[in-house]
Amino acid sequence: MVEGLIGRKIGMSQTFDQQGNVIPLTVIKAGPCTVIQKKTEEKDGYSVLQIGLVEEKGVKQPIKPVQGHFKKAGVPPVKILREFRFAQEAKIKEGDQILVDIFHEGEKVHVTGTSKGKGFASVIKRWGFRGGKASHGSMFHRAPGSIGASAFPSRVVKGKKLPGHMGDNKTTIRNLTVVQADTESNLLVVKGSVPGARNGLVLVRKADFDIHAPVEKKPVPEEEKKPLEEEKLEEKRPEEKKFEDKKPIPEEKESAPEEGKPEEKKLEERKPEEEKPEGKKPAPEPEKQATEEKEMIPEETMPEKENRSPEIKEKAPEEKKE
Amino acid sequence: MSLVDLVEEKQLRKDMDSFNVGDTVKVQVIIREGDKERIQVFRGDVIAKRGSGMGASFTVRKVSFGIGVERVFPLHSKMIKKIEVVRRGKIRRAKLYYLRKLKGKAARLKEIRS
Repeated sequence: MVEGLIGRKIGMSQTFDQQGNVIPLTVIKAGPCTVIQKKTEEKDGYSVLQIGLVEEKGVKQPIKPVQGHFKKAGVPPVKILREFRFAQEAKIKEGDQILVDIFHEGEKVHVTGTSKGKGFASVIKRWGFRGGKASHGSMFHRAPGSIGASAFPSRVVKGKKLPGHMGDNKTTIRNLTVVQADTESNLLVVKGSVPGARNGLVLVRKADFDIHAPVEKKPVPEEEKKPLEEEKLEEKRPEEKKFEDKKPIPEEKESAPEEGKPEEKKLEERKPEEEKPEGKKPAPEPEKQATEEKEMIPEETMPEKENRSPEIKEKAPEEKKE
Repeated sequence: MSLVDLVEEKQLRKDMDSFNVGDTVKVQVIIREGDKERIQVFRGDVIAKRGSGMGASFTVRKVSFGIGVERVFPLHSKMIKKIEVVRRGKIRRAKLYYLRKLKGKAARLKEIRS
């Protein structure tokens, strides 16, 4: 699994929760990305995937050395390249495509972007100073005021908050909740706002990404390797099971497309257990609601309709006569 | 169509009757008290509609016991059960904020007669 994706901020929207409260949303077009280069510990000194954002807009033919870089991976050239970590045991090749389906609903993500530039801003806007009186003869409106003492230390302290360029910084908003990840349109919807302007480049990363994710350590069982792996699995299983029981959510996240067969069985086992209690509870509730609704509708809505319909009918012929 | 519209499309309330500024409407608001749900009706004139997509809202004004009451509803909110148009009003501007200054007979709107 890859840690994250490159994307572009599309814009903001909103939705409503069950109580009718407004929830702000940001729509990001995340991916599709292609793996350009797999950097390894032995060769490059660190382990990372270089991925590129595939965009609808065509890309100019890059210079020859760079052309070779893409040719090696066997993918068409892209403009934007970024590096992401990946689960060490994952079987990812150069030239592979990565889609939004690495994220799922309810997952937490970090979104990095370049904040909107505010230009040269002073202390009220930039640092949240309170400012002075606006009227009543005040001549001290939005000025920063004193910036330090006199003889000692005879200089302005380092790090003093002063006017200067604001915004246009690399900014990360942490722990945004994924609301929707649509592979068809490559859209990722997160709760809350994201730094930058529309069409700005953003990097979306999993909040709880672990390079040594346990799921990835169980490759698809092959005949030759089986005996060795079974031993390993038996050793690990008791620990992992405890972990799964306590935190079922992170475990499910990591087990996306590339799972060993044992993992799938576990998931299957878990699901019916969860569904059973849920299945029992909702059964009585709808009945209650149904009765309540029936009671309510005749009280408040039905009589009004009945009353009104004759009125309208009466009015209509009159108007025609006129 | 922008990609934001693509996300919003499923959530938009298309079951609502169309109404315009100047119409007298009855808005059925779902009110949740604990587990119970009931419906409250807010009847008044629509004096403004604004926004587009999921952010669209409208303002309903009524005079209750001599005191003007205005309520802003999100157009696509789940808490609105139904909007009934009682009367179509004849108006000459998009925002009827001038009604706030008028009282009694002056604050009436002409009805559209077909």
